[in-house]
Amino acid sequence: MDYFFQILGPLLDGTAVTLQVFLLTLVLAVPLGLALALVRVSHFRTAAGLVGGYIWLMRGTPLMLQMLFIYFALPFVPVIGVRLPDFPAAIVAFTLNYAAYFAEIFRSGIQSVGRGQYEAARVLGMSYGQTMRRIILPQVVKRILPPMSNETITLVKDTSLIYVLAMNDLLRAARGIVQRDFTTMPFVVAAAFYLIMTLVLTWGFMRLEKRYAVYED
Amino acid sequence: MPSMKTEAVPMIAARDIRKHFHGTEVLKGVSLDIGKGEVIAVIGPSGSGKSTFLRCLNHLETIDAGSIVIEGETLVETDAAGHCRYAPEAEARRICRKMGMVFQQFNLFPHLTVLQNVIEAPLTVKGLSRDAIVPRAEELLRKVGLLAKCGAYPSQLSGGQKQRVAIARALAMEPDIMLFDEPTSALDPELTGEVLRTMRQLAEEHMTMLVVTHEMSFARDVSTEVIFMDHGEIVEARPAGEMFADPRHPRTRAFLDHML
Repeated sequence: MDYFFQILGPLLDGTAVTLQVFLLTLVLAVPLGLALALVRVSHFRTAAGLVGGYIWLMRGTPLMLQMLFIYFALPFVPVIGVRLPDFPAAIVAFTLNYAAYFAEIFRSGIQSVGRGQYEAARVLGMSYGQTMRRIILPQVVKRILPPMSNETITLVKDTSLIYVLAMNDLLRAARGIVQRDFTTMPFVVAAAFYLIMTLVLTWGFMRLEKRYAVYED
Repeated sequence: MPSMKTEAVPMIAARDIRKHFHGTEVLKGVSLDIGKGEVIAVIGPSGSGKSTFLRCLNHLETIDAGSIVIEGETLVETDAAGHCRYAPEAEARRICRKMGMVFQQFNLFPHLTVLQNVIEAPLTVKGLSRDAIVPRAEELLRKVGLLAKCGAYPSQLSGGQKQRVAIARALAMEPDIMLFDEPTSALDPELTGEVLRTMRQLAEEHMTMLVVTHEMSFARDVSTEVIFMDHGEIVEARPAGEMFADPRHPRTRAFLDHML
């Protein structure tokens, strides 16, 4: 038991790093994903095509590769070349990557709302912007809760990839102790921590789904 | 000697409307004037273009040629060279607001309550305050007999109730003209009566109405004029009484024989 409390400190520090990456990514990637989705469904063909290409690039290459690229290769790219410290580099990579996935979730949600809703808003005199803001997007939220729940749970676990930038997230902290003390106990504790985080998320999304269950489509 | 009588400006003046979908001509030059307080029923077989015509009037469809003037304001016109020109988007939206519309599939906003459905457009489009619009919305809901359902969501209503909310929602924008696109076609037969009663009440209040319908009794009893459309054109347009008593065109006769 003493040993448990002894490793708890470093593991909680790792959890703090994990949670920071998770929360910052969520806060930045959700609005970016929504913006990308709105461009993707717009009538601006060129912009929509560019967003399509962006999503293909981000979903088509490993997140780890993107993170390594932003940290190690970006400084040598002409014009946009910038050297980011490890934490900002990780946040940028996660945000750019997850925004692509969120954009696809938003897009499918927006496109699942029937044409009749747009027509009803239009004959009441609403502009496209008003229709999106007041009629379409509020309905989209309910529809995308299950895939969003999925994606955020994946994000919690994906944060462990930041170990490639030598950052001490929960998993890397646990692995460090395992290698030092020759015991697998830290892995078990780390697993429990991940489970608690996803449990909280699952519960949160369930509450949201319940709240939106007051109406049916 | 031209007549010196000053003609009132028609509520809707549609001239020679042409529209095609993927090479099929669905409207082959349809013209119609609707005067204030007129209730016009548009009947005809499915695929005759009557719903498309209605949807062209309020810009849900874009026409290929012709002109549409709403209360003296031009929504769209075609010049001598055949170029069809619409009013700028914001202007077109303002002109079309003179017309309210009721759909076959209701198209209520499922995430809003009955009251919220009715006040949404007055709030966002007209910028009215809640205090200003809620009493009027409640008055409209009382009129369609659904004040008690104020806080219900559309999914909790029957089809007939949904359609009556849709009518109240359209009226909340205070339109001068109401367009109805087969308002009872998606309803169970026993629910059409309540919707038709509401429409009849509107007609008695001298609302200008254009109603695409399969309800022959409504066309006969409520409308001032009946228009029979077939294959993308108006075949016959007559006062309701005459049309049913003595249809002239063989196609009208065949259709009415089939429907009655």
